[in-house]
Amino acid sequence: MRIPRAILALGLFLAAGPAWAVDDPSEMLPDRKQEQRAEAIGSQLRCLVCQNESIEDSSADLARDLRHVVRQHVARGETDRQIMQWMTARYGEFVRLKPRLTWATVMLWAMPALAIVIGIATAATTIMRRREAPTPLSDDETRRLHELSESPSDATGHD
Amino acid sequence: MTALPVATAGALGLGFWRMLGGMSSGGFDPHAVNAPILDRSLPDFTLPGLPGQGDGFDSATLRAQKEPVLLNFFASWCIPCVAEMPALRDIGRKLPIWGIAYKDKPEDAARFTARDGSPFARVAADRSGMAAIDWGVTGVPETFLILPGGRIAWHGTAELTDDTFRHEIQPRLQALR
Repeated sequence: MRIPRAILALGLFLAAGPAWAVDDPSEMLPDRKQEQRAEAIGSQLRCLVCQNESIEDSSADLARDLRHVVRQHVARGETDRQIMQWMTARYGEFVRLKPRLTWATVMLWAMPALAIVIGIATAATTIMRRREAPTPLSDDETRRLHELSESPSDATGHD
Repeated sequence: MTALPVATAGALGLGFWRMLGGMSSGGFDPHAVNAPILDRSLPDFTLPGLPGQGDGFDSATLRAQKEPVLLNFFASWCIPCVAEMPALRDIGRKLPIWGIAYKDKPEDAARFTARDGSPFARVAADRSGMAAIDWGVTGVPETFLILPGGRIAWHGTAELTDDTFRHEIQPRLQALR
């Protein structure tokens, strides 16, 4: 029986799974629960060398050290919050891959919504203004219009 | 009705203007990995020395200094560290520089600092790199300006040059006087 190549490729692709940088089993905690917690925390922490990878994904030296630190803290029984605080005390908010809600990040999140609201408001006011029927001419204006249309020689415009 | 979008755009513009102003004055740096350590007391550590270059030092000794000190993290395997050595030797004549060899074999670090004359008043070795993490160091070379009492006044994350010294460090030293 021949397996179609595309299906084989897809199967292999799905079987590969995520490539964790924790390639050395000795790095892992013996307790499965604790190891899973450490991985969850590590995947929230930015590798400060490569910057757009988490320390769990990165193979940088510093990332390995930080993975080790996270596991030490987990084994000591610290909460996620405590470990995050330990990290931000040293590396600042930048170390979080998911930024916390602050005034600066509120502005970031609100920007697309604000842009849409402002766009709709601007479009709506423009359309409304166009739909408004022009106000009828006053008596003065009607008279002036007549004068202008009756004397074309005056149209060059000194008032 | 037109006032609302104009006011919103104005407020956003003001916000961005303040953000950009902060970025150019140094008050706001979105990439400031190590901003948290500024204006704080230096972290606790005790580190051994390099072979033939003293006994190393600890946080208490550094805190007890009566004059400002530059603390430089370096490694023999780091190319910008090689490049900054001449500048370090110059600056070291004006202001003591203490060095910490980051994740380096003590023998290699000792050979490296001794090659053209050590710029460091004192050196220590952080073999595991764990002390560097407490400082928020993300790579070598990185330099800190430490004021008497152990307060961290400045942090540089690139190789130290005469230019950096004149524009970043000297004004802070003058502000002390």
